[in-house]
Amino acid sequence: MADAGTKKTTHARPLSPHIGIYRQQINMVMSIVHRITGAALYVGTLLLAWWLIAIAQGAPSLDLVNLVMGHVVGKVVLFGFTWALIHHMLGGLRHFIWDTGRGFDISSVNRLGWMTIIGSILITLAIWFVALHARGAI
Amino acid sequence: MSEKLRPTSSPTHAAIRTPLAKVRGLGSAKEGTDHFWKQRLTGLANVPLTIFLVWLIARYAGTDHATVKAAIQQPLIAIPLLLLVLSGVYHMRIGMQVIIEDYVHSEGRKLLTLALNTFFAIAVALTCVFAVLKLSFGV
Ligand code: HEM
Repeated sequence: MADAGTKKTTHARPLSPHIGIYRQQINMVMSIVHRITGAALYVGTLLLAWWLIAIAQGAPSLDLVNLVMGHVVGKVVLFGFTWALIHHMLGGLRHFIWDTGRGFDISSVNRLGWMTIIGSILITLAIWFVALHARGAI
Repeated sequence: MSEKLRPTSSPTHAAIRTPLAKVRGLGSAKEGTDHFWKQRLTGLANVPLTIFLVWLIARYAGTDHATVKAAIQQPLIAIPLLLLVLSGVYHMRIGMQVIIEDYVHSEGRKLLTLALNTFFAIAVALTCVFAVLKLSFGV
């Protein structure tokens, strides 16, 4: 233990039941999904870096990016990236609400959780619909 | 909050709160609540910048080289893009640090992953910034 220099706290701390005994709740799922989307976006920055450096390198490099990302697999990855970005953003906004001390009662917590998941799916679909529509693809 | 509910004032409840004086300058990186605050600050900046990024990708991903190059050369696209890279990378680095501190417990491996986290963040940031500036200044 790293107690060098700091006095050990003498308060009796409250104990919490282990996570395993809780019924699965939307809030627990949203909490871990926020972390997973954060980590996915972390890796996803490589895609942005790849795109930008390819543009800087020239047409042949960008053609390769377009070829890979234009493939079904690339599109699925990009769709997932869009969803992760939107979900994490909504999750972040939810954290900001909590940071003001609001929204901690059970019903608000549940409502915010469902708004995050449903909102992220709807917004992601809307973005793809508008983008594909603007290109005349649908 | 009523007096009865306040956790620190009731002798029958164990205290939940740590006095502020004991958390200043502490935490696993000895920086107190600094990372918490910067996670929020960069997260807030990320909101408009993310909306901008979604627009940029939706508009220009998959288009030919001349078009996308001309777009990124414009200051009003290059500048928000640079801001996004800086805010996003700072945010993801301290965010990933929290994840590492939660799951990697051996002191040596923690030090190594934290170092790799920093290297990754700087490499991504520098690559993106270099590319945007090269396009903007056209050299
Ligand atoms: C779009 C706007 C964004 C907002 C509003 C936002 C907000 C937040 C907030 C408030 C947290 C702290 C959560 C907590 O304390 O538990 C967080 C964590 C995190 N964010 Fe973001 N973020 C955004 C974008 C991004 C982006 C673009 C990335 C990656 C490139 C990212 C990566 C992370 C990571 C890795 C964490 C740590 C997750 C954890 O500790 O569980 N975020 N974000």
